[in-house]
Amino acid sequence: MEYFVQQLINGLTLGSIYGLIAIGYTMVYGIIGMINFAHGDIFMVGSFIALATFLILTTVFGFVFLPVVLLIVLIVSMLFTSAWGWTVERLAYRPLRGSFRLAPLITAIGMSIVLQNFVQVTQGARVKPLQPVIPGGMTIMEGFTENGPIVVQLSYMQIIIIGTTVALMIGFSLLISRTPLGRAQRACEQDQKMASLLGVNVDRTISLTFVMGAALASVAGIMFLLLYGVIDFYIGFLAGVKAFTAAVLGGIGSLPGAMLGGLLIGMIEVFWSAYFTVEYKDVAAFSILAIVLIFLPSGLLGKPEVEKV
Amino acid sequence: MATTSNAALNDRTSMAGSIKDAATAAGLVALLGFFFLAIRTDIAPGGLEVTTRWGLWFSAIALVFAGRLLLNIFVFRSDRKPGSFSIPISPETTSRIGKGLGWVLLTFAIILPFFFTYVFPARDRQYIDLAILIMTYVMLGWGLNIVVGLAGLLDLGYVAFYAVGAYSFALLAQNFEFMGFWVALPLAGLLAACWGVVLGFPVLRLRGDYLAIVTLAFGEIIRVVLLNWYSFTGGPDGVSGIPKPSFFGLEFSRNGGFAEFFGIPYDSIHRFIYLYYIIFILAIITNVVTLRLRRLPVGRAWEALREDEIACRSLGINTTNTKLTAFAIGAMFAGFAGSFFATRQGFISPESFTFLESAIVLAIVVLGGLGSQIGVVIASVVMIGGIELLRNLNFLKAVFGDDFEPSQYRMLIFGLAMVLIMVWKPRGLISSREPTAVLKEKKKISGDLVSQGEGH
Repeated sequence: MEYFVQQLINGLTLGSIYGLIAIGYTMVYGIIGMINFAHGDIFMVGSFIALATFLILTTVFGFVFLPVVLLIVLIVSMLFTSAWGWTVERLAYRPLRGSFRLAPLITAIGMSIVLQNFVQVTQGARVKPLQPVIPGGMTIMEGFTENGPIVVQLSYMQIIIIGTTVALMIGFSLLISRTPLGRAQRACEQDQKMASLLGVNVDRTISLTFVMGAALASVAGIMFLLLYGVIDFYIGFLAGVKAFTAAVLGGIGSLPGAMLGGLLIGMIEVFWSAYFTVEYKDVAAFSILAIVLIFLPSGLLGKPEVEKV
Repeated sequence: MATTSNAALNDRTSMAGSIKDAATAAGLVALLGFFFLAIRTDIAPGGLEVTTRWGLWFSAIALVFAGRLLLNIFVFRSDRKPGSFSIPISPETTSRIGKGLGWVLLTFAIILPFFFTYVFPARDRQYIDLAILIMTYVMLGWGLNIVVGLAGLLDLGYVAFYAVGAYSFALLAQNFEFMGFWVALPLAGLLAACWGVVLGFPVLRLRGDYLAIVTLAFGEIIRVVLLNWYSFTGGPDGVSGIPKPSFFGLEFSRNGGFAEFFGIPYDSIHRFIYLYYIIFILAIITNVVTLRLRRLPVGRAWEALREDEIACRSLGINTTNTKLTAFAIGAMFAGFAGSFFATRQGFISPESFTFLESAIVLAIVVLGGLGSQIGVVIASVVMIGGIELLRNLNFLKAVFGDDFEPSQYRMLIFGLAMVLIMVWKPRGLISSREPTAVLKEKKKISGDLVSQGEGH
């Protein structure tokens, strides 16, 4: 039981990270109907920016008060990663808007290769380890198994990750449902031509969608960095594919779906590793993707696609 | 930028506008590059340390400013319509050029090994090796062209079948010694085709991007299984000692082999030339089979399926079988190519079958122009050959200093080339297609007029 609760907490933490990345996929897919393959790498770029900012603040300027440092890291990383997201859209996707459907997919894969190799060339191929930034935690359960005592730990890091995710999700849902920007975005999602006829700047809305997705991905990047303490230029691919899986599982185009899908994928991965084999945890996530798509093509919370002739 | 609005273009033609635009671009580079060019984190004793490279950062900004300014002044002129970089060529002309070019390339491909041994005797092995590599990608591209270009099924996990072929071949040839290259090769192709059906069957209901992402997932599953099934595949150690192909039983060895039988002096280049001809013939088989299949009902069904699945179904085409045959035949050719890869390398490991390989093959197909056979050849030569050329740019070391390693920029440039070519020609390099089924008269249509590759 204790083991199960511990894995549940770990799954929630990992799922929060996947969910935040998945939102970027689902928004972009919802609005322009393409898989933004470079999104996983935007997440990676975000975590590199966070690492550099953190190191500059702590080693060069000698800041020690952790909450302020983390807040600055969060803001800087979100800003700079958003710039990356905006640029990728501007260079690789906007020129191909209205072109045939495979073209932006290829540029997306190209951009993903570019980002990975750019980071590899400029920052080196070796992994970057970071000492645990927020140590400690609290014990919420204690028990005994045949192998000895077992303690369920909820680390402060996990509390921060889950708390931040919940806060961001609430803020983000409000942004989409209440603000003019959110309204414009939903309008573009339904019908771009009609939206532009009614005075919505479609290009700008799409750009902002990429910016928002990148900002959320950068938060996920910071969390990944703080949670695992190790990043390299290749973390974006696997995280990206899993986050996309999460988006599809939840129903692509649906924001709560993306979050739900992220949590489920995180849970599946953690429980699979805990109870079966660690080696095949990726196989589990991908098999879920295939099974869901085959039996439930519109995902858990997605709207079924109506085919018109 | 092809789609920049006219107003912005007019604005840019004035000197002040040009400078302002270039400054914006430079500012963006300053912003984006700050944490990557100006700052570098490195592992140091006692944790990570930050080093700064202001010189690199400033030169990148200056370079972008100058480059953008020059582009604004000399290239993006208002007297040119946006997107009019290409000279309009009628589809008939491109088709005729394509046909002529096809024969020229074929002739060149046949004499290529001898051409290289006589013209560049010092580096012939390297060039022939490169030709083998390019030819492998041509074959993979042609194989994937059946799935993506003809049947319109977007497959991002094509490398899975390549891996199945390579591992089937390696394990067959290793565990059953009586099987030579020529027995194991068709078996490996057959096994890959079976896997094509096995993986194709569950995903038939999916369309477009969903299909793409599931095939990607399958590709990754196969790679992870190969990596972890240690007792069968050797895990990350891979399979080594894969036998080399023999020429009707004659080995390419120093004693008692091919050279002795024909009474010519032994040269290690013979094996390379032989390997080149094997992959050349395999590739030509792929091409001829594809071209013939396009004339058969199944090929026409593929193309019809690509254009409109619902219409297909209402006309009584069995879409399940049609899709499965496309998957299986594409997979079979990937299996052949994989076998060849295994025998050429003599060693395979899961590292050779990452998603990047699938992406490269798909990029070759799309950059070449979907459904165009000659386009695949051109794209392979440009992308693979061009990338390999970067390995030889050692003179750049004299310019940028000794620690400059040109080969590490290969994939960066590869990615940039993918993006640029796609933005420049979204339909691929050869976008003109000839319809195979015609009513009364043959009309050539430009690729721009056809909404192909929708993946329905």
